Amino acid sequence: MHLKFLEAESIEILREAVAGARRPVMLYSIGKDSSVMLHLARKAFHPATPPFPLLHVDTTWKFKEMYAHRARMAAESGMTLLTHTNQEGVAAGVNPFTHGSSYHTDVMKTQALKQALDLHGFDVVFGGARRDEEKSRAKERVCSLRSAGHRWDPKRQRPELWNLYNTRLREGETLRVFPISNWTEADIWEYIRAEDIPIVPLYLAKARPVVSRSGAWIMVDDERLPLEPGEQPELRMVRFRTLGCYPLTGAIESTAATLDEVIAETLGARMSERQGRLIDSDQPGSMERKKQEGYF
Amino acid sequence: MPPQAPAPEKPLLRFITCGSVDDGKSTLIGRLLHESKCLFEDQLDALARDSKQFGTQGEAIDFALLVDGLQAEREQGITIDVAYRFFASAARRFIVADTPGHEQYTRNMATGASTADLAILLVDARKGLLTQTRRHARIAGMMGIRHAVLAVNKMDLMGCDQGVFDAIVEAFRPVAEEQGFRTLQAIPLSALEGDNVVAPSARMPWYAGPTLMAHLEAIDAAPEAGGGAFRMPVQWVNRPNLDFRGFCGRVAQGEIRPGDPVRILPSGVSTRVKAVLAWEGGLDRAGQGDSITLTLADEVDVSRGDLIAADQDPAPVSDQFEAQLLWMSEQPLVPGRPYLLKLHAQEVTATVTAIKHRVDADTGARLAARTLQLNEIGRVNLSLSRPVPFEPYATNRILGGFILIDKLTFDTAGAGMIDFALRRATNIHWQALEVDRAARARLMGQRPRCVWFTGLSGSGKSTLANLLEKRLHAEGRHTFVLDGDNVRHGLNRDLGFAEADRVENIRRVAEVAKLMTDAGLLVLVSFISPFRSERQMARELFGPGDFLEVFVDAPLDACERRDVKGLYAKARRGELRNFTGIDSPYEPPEHPELHLRTATEDPEACLARLVALLETP
Ligand SMILES: Nc1nc2c(ncn2[C@@H]2O[C@H](COP(=O)(O)OP(=O)(O)O)[C@@H](O)[C@H]2O)c(=O)[nH]1
Repeated sequence: MHLKFLEAESIEILREAVAGARRPVMLYSIGKDSSVMLHLARKAFHPATPPFPLLHVDTTWKFKEMYAHRARMAAESGMTLLTHTNQEGVAAGVNPFTHGSSYHTDVMKTQALKQALDLHGFDVVFGGARRDEEKSRAKERVCSLRSAGHRWDPKRQRPELWNLYNTRLREGETLRVFPISNWTEADIWEYIRAEDIPIVPLYLAKARPVVSRSGAWIMVDDERLPLEPGEQPELRMVRFRTLGCYPLTGAIESTAATLDEVIAETLGARMSERQGRLIDSDQPGSMERKKQEGYF
Repeated sequence: MPPQAPAPEKPLLRFITCGSVDDGKSTLIGRLLHESKCLFEDQLDALARDSKQFGTQGEAIDFALLVDGLQAEREQGITIDVAYRFFASAARRFIVADTPGHEQYTRNMATGASTADLAILLVDARKGLLTQTRRHARIAGMMGIRHAVLAVNKMDLMGCDQGVFDAIVEAFRPVAEEQGFRTLQAIPLSALEGDNVVAPSARMPWYAGPTLMAHLEAIDAAPEAGGGAFRMPVQWVNRPNLDFRGFCGRVAQGEIRPGDPVRILPSGVSTRVKAVLAWEGGLDRAGQGDSITLTLADEVDVSRGDLIAADQDPAPVSDQFEAQLLWMSEQPLVPGRPYLLKLHAQEVTATVTAIKHRVDADTGARLAARTLQLNEIGRVNLSLSRPVPFEPYATNRILGGFILIDKLTFDTAGAGMIDFALRRATNIHWQALEVDRAARARLMGQRPRCVWFTGLSGSGKSTLANLLEKRLHAEGRHTFVLDGDNVRHGLNRDLGFAEADRVENIRRVAEVAKLMTDAGLLVLVSFISPFRSERQMARELFGPGDFLEVFVDAPLDACERRDVKGLYAKARRGELRNFTGIDSPYEPPEHPELHLRTATEDPEACLARLVALLETP
């Protein structure tokens, strides 16, 4: 019952934001939240194809299976898929190992996103962030105003009453719109099951080659992962709760190889999903700082 | 939060918590999250770390830190915005809007309350019922919340004494009645120690009611679901190809089935529903809250913002309302100034034509007011640029709640709730005059237009307007000049120079200019008119091409040097207040039809350009 409510609310947000947009785009990160958001967009505009392209900001460090899934979903939805990589970053050889995770994320994700938005002149950008993910997100608006330069100024955020969204923009301003703001991790999984939404197989447990790094299992997805002296990839039954750059995304040990098992395990989970992400734990308020700088 | 599988039958409950600083609101929410096992271990670890660094509980865990979100706030130790939290018990899913209670945050509380069905009003047992509690109850009531919980916190500090609790509940009863709460549950609590939050308190055996959690799980707070005739605002017209035209929206009231007769508002055209569509295919029915797409039997004109309503029981339509208005902007409300009004999927221009009174949120007293400041509430009359379908807010929040948007900054400046229409739109129609504007213009052999000169005092507006009039008159044109001298001393002599008066001044001049063009004249308006929004308002009165904005541009120091009337000198001496350019701003036009720089172009050259402007079609 509450899934139906959440779905109807998200569809309303998608339609409302598109109605007020000049050039909308949907950020598609290939993960489970993006998958749900894409599914909702297809529902919102059915039988038409959603009237905007998908944009994937590619750090070049995603899992191979993510790239395969991306191609499949673009074909299935019939939507245009745009990808953007920060070529300056590539030229400078930026990677998660030599430069550290924060610098890598800043250059290949935050800067790259801003480049892509400026390049295409998008004014309304859909993102799959949820309020329950992290404390500083709890106050995020459904329609989050970004000043020129993509900066997030807490003081300029507009009050959101009822289901009325003010999508008016001045020159240079853009809007980030989060249609699944009110969904929780459990809602996402239950909805994926109820609607049979395709997800990247990495979410399901399988024997995968991993090494242990600062207490997390890092998958050796290709030969670019530098092994420390004496380090040997081992095969373990693991799965992922969130997906990002493979060298920065920790897997958990699990035998949950089907959606039902994943849900059962998730319902009893004792660690938050962000725990697998190495970028959040740098410092207190780190997510908030990244947001002010333009990270989604 | 760690996901839990809630029982499916119970609908999600959205509630708001209101309390003053230090009443224990954050502690209470933190405890609800904690006790419903909604915290992950890594979050608990982070909490333990934060408690040592920022907490107020020594080495013990400070639950309040769980909910103080932004780093800046955390450092200042206050919460300054609306935060949404999610938790679930075995029986139900919850979304909490957490808002701070200081007076200056009425705006935030109203925002949180707009989507809530229940309010928890927190009282510190030591302090008893305070003015703030009354304010919180009043705002909750105004925003349409019908279920309240009076949470009397910190009972542990009052020896868990029943007398203390009873006295507070007694004092609150009249407040609750005044606000029309349908249910009121008072609960004695210790948020810090957990009494009556989730587990019943052993220290307060005299209390026989439910714990807070039990009450939240059980209450049926849904607004009258499914009641009322069908209404759906059209958000989006779906036209993937020539054979399909669907109208997308979310059902705001009632239910709909294929074949049902409907009426399109405001046009009033009737037709039938052909199909009720969703992704899954055609539906037998859809009800309140569903996002759907309708196709219609006839090719009728429907666009975004229209309302599809039950044919036999359509919604009222009007362009004049009485409403409650909460002001949310640092810039005070200016009556007469045009704002964008957004009501369900429609956007129209609206002005506040009268402030009937302001309401003191603490006492409910009605006060006279000429404007509304940030966080002030008033009852106002609104006039819209065109009629819109609506329902009174008390009947339907979605069809009666609106926001006002500043036309220049696009900030959300106000939030309002429609009480009733001041007149039905069906009663207004301009008398169709046989001798009309076009007829008069033909007789005069000219195209009536308004040339609007704007610029600083002393920039040369009147000189140019007079030169232009002489030239036109010599050519046999019918003209009239409106300027400060002939308007300020007569029509507008009741107006001063405060902002609201200046807005009204321009509004009257613009209306008079409009009537004069209807009469067939070429009207030359020479007014400083420093504000873009007022000039925009004037422009909107005229047809395309009939309003020509002329920016008479001279640098301030040049104007001040000329100072023909000695006004700048006076303003500099502080004898004139609100003087444009000195202590009141001038907003230069962004796209004037003509930009004259009088410091570098001589009057004859300017005149030639004005004449050329009037020759443009
Ligand atoms: N003794 C006692 N102290 C409480 C109780 N609830 C909150 N407090 C304390 O009151 C102070 C303010 O609480 P907090 O939750 O930050 O208040 P907020 O400003 O309303 O969010 C903190 O020191 C809390 O520990 C209670 O039930 N009993």
